[in-house]
Amino acid sequence: MKNRKHSLTKHAKEIAIRNLFGFFAFLSVLLLGLILVFLFREGLPLFKQISVVDFLFGTAWYPTYDPPEYGIWPLIVGSLAITFFACLIAVPLGLLSAVYIAEIAPAGIKEILKSIIELLAGLPSVVLGFFGMVIVGPWLQETFDLPTGLNIINAAVMLAIMAIPTISSISEDALYAVPREFKEASYALGATKYETIIRVIIPAALSGVSTAVILGMARAIGETMVVLMVAGGAAAIPEGIFDAVRPMTASIAAEMGEAPFRSGHYHALFATGIVLFMITLAFNLIADYISNRFRETGSGTL
Amino acid sequence: MNEEILHPVMNMKWRYFKQRLFFGAVRLSAFVITFALLGILAYILANGFRAITWEFLTQPPTDSMTKGGIMPAIVGTLYLTVGAILVAMPLGVVSAIFLTEYAKQGALIRIIRIGVNCLAGVPSVVFGLFGLGFFVVFLKFGSSILAGALTLGILILPTIIGAAEEAIKAVPQTFREASLALGVSKWNTIFRIVLPSALPGILTGAILGVGRAAGETAPIMFTAAAFFTAVLPKSIFDEVMALPYHIYVLATAGTHIEETRPLQYGTVLVLIALVLGIDLIAIIMRSTLRRNKRW
Repeated sequence: MKNRKHSLTKHAKEIAIRNLFGFFAFLSVLLLGLILVFLFREGLPLFKQISVVDFLFGTAWYPTYDPPEYGIWPLIVGSLAITFFACLIAVPLGLLSAVYIAEIAPAGIKEILKSIIELLAGLPSVVLGFFGMVIVGPWLQETFDLPTGLNIINAAVMLAIMAIPTISSISEDALYAVPREFKEASYALGATKYETIIRVIIPAALSGVSTAVILGMARAIGETMVVLMVAGGAAAIPEGIFDAVRPMTASIAAEMGEAPFRSGHYHALFATGIVLFMITLAFNLIADYISNRFRETGSGTL
Repeated sequence: MNEEILHPVMNMKWRYFKQRLFFGAVRLSAFVITFALLGILAYILANGFRAITWEFLTQPPTDSMTKGGIMPAIVGTLYLTVGAILVAMPLGVVSAIFLTEYAKQGALIRIIRIGVNCLAGVPSVVFGLFGLGFFVVFLKFGSSILAGALTLGILILPTIIGAAEEAIKAVPQTFREASLALGVSKWNTIFRIVLPSALPGILTGAILGVGRAAGETAPIMFTAAAFFTAVLPKSIFDEVMALPYHIYVLATAGTHIEETRPLQYGTVLVLIALVLGIDLIAIIMRSTLRRNKRW
């Protein structure tokens, strides 16, 4: 009897632990919700002053003027422009380096290159921003005879360096996951290694590679310090790649310190944070959907 | 297609030529990435090492931050980073245990996984806004070590969860089965068998998290970082200087930007040495771990 009671309490303890751990695991989801709640709490009051459409598509960002104007369209365009050019650089480099690591490199070089990419991922963004500011900026200015070296292309190059590790390491995992049989079948048909990689391995790993690209883009669009330091800070819609822009993240980081507490400006910066949060959330959900929907479950599925 | 059949030899040459071209591009990309990292490191090292003196590391800034050292920023970064890991470690490891040992495939675990992935994707500046809105304003912590460490802790939580999950999954199933077969409860099996075996892997993840937290700027800008403090913080409700924020301030604000360049390079070098040093330790730890695996 005593023994039975003991095992009952033991059982109760097991269930209690399980539930407690479950709660803590669920905390990540709660935190995500909490982030949203507090962004809304501080951001939504803005829309008593202006409409959502005027906020998103207004082309004038003059938050400190009287009367202030809170149109973030130039900031959105700035973010998208930099992200686009960063991806133009980072996607080929990230993908090709993943192919090199997964398919071509000898074992020794492979380990070194993987470490290098991991260290690159570890470089603090403020360091890259600093590098872009003191090296790339002056160089661009001199070489292309520009009014300023702090512009879209400078930010794109530095952001690309940040996005490469994300794209490379996720693509590499996807390439590894392609079943051996696919490769062997391709070789058996007389295909060269190049043809095997391009026509068999990459298509088979496409879902993972797309996930990698999407997550790399999400990383680039959300990156703050680099664009704050090297994008130039002009809140105008750019006309060329040598124009200075003010992406959303840079605007938040630069202005939050000066915006009076719970002023229109303060609310507008939080509202910009909401937009940013929604964009990156969408990117992550899409990436999640793709990697689940098209997960390779065995050598039979393609 | 016809041509391929008509000229098999020419065709083979062309196919191998394409391959060489492709391999060339692939090797070039690896080279460019390596060059980018080494170039940046070499440049910072070459310009920064002259600034590094004993005084630089142990003195506070003087003459409105145009001279002196960066000691308060180093100390501040250490406080914030240690605080962040104290927040993220327990939460992350417990989450990972639940996801790997307890949860069955189903809606709940799916939601948690999506939540963790999305949390990992939240931009760092948004974490800063959240920290401001929640910890600084709503919970009235003010701009402080506490608010900054909590914000950074949430930021690195997904990293810790991911690493801990990997480490726990790598523990062979037979270990658990042997323990359960001896009548040990599930909780005790996890605590006495699984966790000790997974510990080195979990620590590696934690170290990577530390490196990440030490280098972040945007999340602490509105939650913890002070432009300048002459004295070291006395409680967790004090503001602190931090290395990344100090770099940003020196490089962008004020009238002495050119004059303080050597200080900037020096601070960047210290931050890089700290962050990459931490990452390198984790990388080396992991590879020795893999080599010495007993199972």
